[in-house]
Amino acid sequence: MSEQPLFKVTIDNITVEVPAGTTILNAARKIGGDVAPPAMCYYSKLEGSGGKCRTCLVEVSKGSEKDPRPMPKLVASCRTTVMDGMEVKNITSDRVMDARSGVVEFLLINHPLDCPVCDQAGECHLQDLSYEHGKAGTRYEFQRRTFKKHDLGDKIQLHMTRCILCYRCVFTADQLTGKREHGVLDRGDHAEIATYIEKNLSNEFIGNVIDVCPVGALTDKTFRFKNRVWFLKPMDAHRDCPTCSGKVTLWNRGDEVFRVTARKDQWGEVEDWICNTCRFDKKQTSDWVIEGPRLIDRHSVISQGHYAGKVGTHKPTETFEAVHAGRQPKLLMDIHSVSEVNKPEITLSKLDRPAHSTDFTSNKD
Amino acid sequence: MGVKLLLEKAHVPGIRYFETYRKEGGYRAVEKALKQMDPASIVEEVKKSGLRGRGGAGFPAGMKWSFIAKPEGVPRHLVCNADESEPGTFKDRYLMEFIPHLLIEGLIVSSFALGSNDTYIYIRGEYAWIVDILEQAIEEAKANGFLGKNILGSGFDCNIYVQRGAGAYICGEETALIESLEGKRGNPRIKPPFPAIEGLWRRPTVVNNVETLAAVVPIINMGGDEYAKIGVGRSTGTKLISACGNINKPGVYEIDMTISVEEFIYSDEYCGGIANGKRLKACIPGGSSVPILPANLLLKTAKGETRYMNYESLSDGGFATGSMMGSGGFIVLDEDQCIVKNTYTLARFYRHESCGQCSPCREGTGWMEKILKNIDTGKGKMSDIDLLWDIQRKIEGNTICPLGDAAAWPVAAAIRHFRDEFEWHVNHPEEAQKRNYGLAHYADPIHVPA
Repeated sequence: MSEQPLFKVTIDNITVEVPAGTTILNAARKIGGDVAPPAMCYYSKLEGSGGKCRTCLVEVSKGSEKDPRPMPKLVASCRTTVMDGMEVKNITSDRVMDARSGVVEFLLINHPLDCPVCDQAGECHLQDLSYEHGKAGTRYEFQRRTFKKHDLGDKIQLHMTRCILCYRCVFTADQLTGKREHGVLDRGDHAEIATYIEKNLSNEFIGNVIDVCPVGALTDKTFRFKNRVWFLKPMDAHRDCPTCSGKVTLWNRGDEVFRVTARKDQWGEVEDWICNTCRFDKKQTSDWVIEGPRLIDRHSVISQGHYAGKVGTHKPTETFEAVHAGRQPKLLMDIHSVSEVNKPEITLSKLDRPAHSTDFTSNKD
Repeated sequence: MGVKLLLEKAHVPGIRYFETYRKEGGYRAVEKALKQMDPASIVEEVKKSGLRGRGGAGFPAGMKWSFIAKPEGVPRHLVCNADESEPGTFKDRYLMEFIPHLLIEGLIVSSFALGSNDTYIYIRGEYAWIVDILEQAIEEAKANGFLGKNILGSGFDCNIYVQRGAGAYICGEETALIESLEGKRGNPRIKPPFPAIEGLWRRPTVVNNVETLAAVVPIINMGGDEYAKIGVGRSTGTKLISACGNINKPGVYEIDMTISVEEFIYSDEYCGGIANGKRLKACIPGGSSVPILPANLLLKTAKGETRYMNYESLSDGGFATGSMMGSGGFIVLDEDQCIVKNTYTLARFYRHESCGQCSPCREGTGWMEKILKNIDTGKGKMSDIDLLWDIQRKIEGNTICPLGDAAAWPVAAAIRHFRDEFEWHVNHPEEAQKRNYGLAHYADPIHVPA
């Protein structure tokens, strides 16, 4: 790798040097923070993934040092490689933010938004995305597209209604299991992930499709409706597994293991694929050697409160203003900054009647 | 009477068969190319001719050919795109049906120029009978030594295979076509890499339209410079236009791109005027994906100049007041046609044909169709029109392949030019089901040639 030339690329006014052949998305992830575009379909561990969801669109305002012309269209940063001297605008471009909110709207019009009963809630990429870019109301006034639930074997359930067709599970099955038994049927807005003739997916590594699914379309049947992820405590653990690396994250409540997943990095991507035995069958604390709490640095409900921590990212704190072009950095789910409830000047106990919304709003000016 | 290069002999009895085609001067281009020219000089001739891709985008064919990578020991492929599925376009069908040997001849010459030993014709599944015609033509060419091993003693081997698609519009997009040809799901690939670098089976590939490849034959016969003299500006040569809709003489016409749109619609040589003595309301000049134009903007550009049937003139004014040559599917709408219904029909088509790979197109096309259906059936709201505009704006340019754009443009143009008709539909839902609105406003000062 060392003989490869380093390319200078500037993303949202922050310059990094990356080897030739790096995609814009990976260069932005090197910077980290809000500069990294969201990715719903790209998965760095899966070859050929990306380019489909269009949430990572960025504006290339300068093609390269040699050819400084800007690219006319927004490009998918996950599949566009950097050129030397390239200048990219992500969150500093209104065009990008507009397109991205459009994509989020498109993704949500047929999504059931059943987060309250969805097992993925709390660690769902679409949920994060819609918090950041979505609107409170919908402009879609038609019946949403629905599918029947399917069991892909006794451990995995496919809930196609929630699917955003990122193709990640298809790539996973292709590249991990050798023989893919499910795929995409049909076309357009009635396309669906299916096994054609209803069939068990029985490969030893097929459980990983649950981890790569960015939404709640593929869920672990051994964990279904057992608990909410934010009530569970993620713990790194390992065991001596004959088929896989055995490095997992246990999701505990007390001593009880509710579910086992692969360890995910800060971008929500699996670090080591794990086998079905580790994932579905080893649900006793005694099966595992506990290493310690898992730090989750994600824009997610889980990371609120006690589990926030950095996993070795370099955050461009000194250039935050430049990055945001004068805008305030937004903290996801930080209720205290937008709500007046915890303002010290309002002492609810001093009111001799039930509190009313005007008690809070009157303090605004 | 314009020049005819492709369809000149199309109606000679028996031209479908090798003997007649040969007697009429066929396969001279193959002889000339293989015996007197080398691949580089053929590419040079095509470049000189200024031939532009006839499939819709109008990209210069010679330039496309010169992009093809030539790595050592890797076979290259030429693929003929006969997946003609654009609503309103049926020129390739006509050409393949009546004069199949012209395509085969063009394919042999082009394969020689590009160094493709295995050349494919990807034809849409609905053209089942044309597959038989083409296969027969290939057999005849093979029997007469124009295909197979060592063609005409030049040492060049070439085989042509016909592959039927399964009826998906998206497989007319070149990378989706390649995927489908490889036996996979017809999803467009993400570019780059372009097919010229990594196409069919990851080998360098050129994908060209039927008409483009057929036009190589007259270019070789008459020379690139001579060919470039026909036509005007960067619109060289002749173009097949498949005219349909409310005209007296629908059909495929070969034009030399110097005639005006008005002449094309009203002269007896071509469309023969609007059927049943009606008046012209609007026209989609290049197949269903291109923006619709109201009559006044169709015949004259926004600057008041006459609009001609060529690439530059039809796109004069950009999308605000112009359109595109596209694939040459010339759809004429008379005063009785409802623009809202027409737009709904197109939106329904694109919803059905979206491959579902990327989100804006998958979700947006369905959304637009539902809103248009509401407006069409009298359930629309005024805000729906703005919503439609916003949706098409968010689809356009944000998708992997041009299908998203193709779905967005007709809706955008219909709202841009016929917004009052949409509003009238919303305000008069019951009346809108019974009668049409909006003619006088658009097609007033039309001079109808006698």
